[in-house]
Amino acid sequence: MEIPYAVHPRPDTGIYNAKVGIWLFLASEVMLFGGLFSGYVLLRVGADQWPHGWLNVTLGTANTIILALSAITTLLAWVACKVGQFGKFKFFHACTLLLALSFLCIKGYEYHDKLIHYEIKLTDGRIADGHRIASDADSVTIEGRYVTDESQLYDLRAQKNIPRDEIKIPRSQIKSMENYGPWHNTYLALYFTLTGLHALHILGGSIVIGYLWGPGRRLWKTDPQHFTNRVEVSGLFWHFVDLVWIFLFPVLYLT
Amino acid sequence: MSESHPVDFNSYLRRCLFVFIAAVCAVSLMIWASYLPQDHFSWPLKVALILIVACCNALVVAGFLMHLISEKKMVYTVLGFTVFFFAGLLALTVWAMHDFPAGTTH
Repeated sequence: MEIPYAVHPRPDTGIYNAKVGIWLFLASEVMLFGGLFSGYVLLRVGADQWPHGWLNVTLGTANTIILALSAITTLLAWVACKVGQFGKFKFFHACTLLLALSFLCIKGYEYHDKLIHYEIKLTDGRIADGHRIASDADSVTIEGRYVTDESQLYDLRAQKNIPRDEIKIPRSQIKSMENYGPWHNTYLALYFTLTGLHALHILGGSIVIGYLWGPGRRLWKTDPQHFTNRVEVSGLFWHFVDLVWIFLFPVLYLT
Repeated sequence: MSESHPVDFNSYLRRCLFVFIAAVCAVSLMIWASYLPQDHFSWPLKVALILIVACCNALVVAGFLMHLISEKKMVYTVLGFTVFFFAGLLALTVWAMHDFPAGTTH
């Protein structure tokens, strides 16, 4: 049985069914991210101190530009289908996939950077903060600095030229040691939750785009209009993912 | 985008160039605003400024790349409901401001 209105617009809505479906899905996605953003606002307003400058703005900016470019290549892939230039479609969708992969690689690097960053509380009351270089049964070596109070670690933007030295700490002097994972504090819990969910959306979108670029492109030969509609629907999802990042970047990296 | 509209590749290319330049300008503006001196611009003011720019950037992307400037009534209806419930969600958050969970230190 043929699915009705998969290609031509339904008379009462004026659009084909898959497009109604994706907009309803995106509406539910807005509520999903809206709930998380609300949680962010609530927790941030309730916090006495909030970290600034903990994330690499250069990498965040690079990812923003990468996603903006990928949104454009997605649109151009759809336009190429519309004008019947399948070669251009393949090129632009390949670009989208490469850009998505670049985004995920940068995000992975950022996660790794946070997971090897440690805050080590010492028995003499000082705190050693920095990236772990090496560790063995007797000592931990980090590239970082000592601070006397945890509050000195919050606003890194206000501190110019933070010294970074190689520090070897005997394990006998360590009171507690924790990396900058989502368990470290509220800010990082929000950072990992929001960006992790967003990265999952990037991954899901990439799988769909990869399918349309690979095995799914057979439909182009039998029903090009149906295929073009599929490209448009996947593109709408991709633009939504870009829209979410447009807010995630300033909220987490800049403020 | 209306299914019946003819499509011109070059006009879309120009549109994309405009959106990309707008996005780069918006990102630059947001970064600049975030580095404004703390003694003259408080964090709430900077956050407000940055979010206004982000909203403008989002409107450009949604309007031109998602074709929301020329969509069907059905899509606007779905979006209308979404905006209503999203605003309600944020309003509930603001309403609950004086009742936030204790112990969220940072």
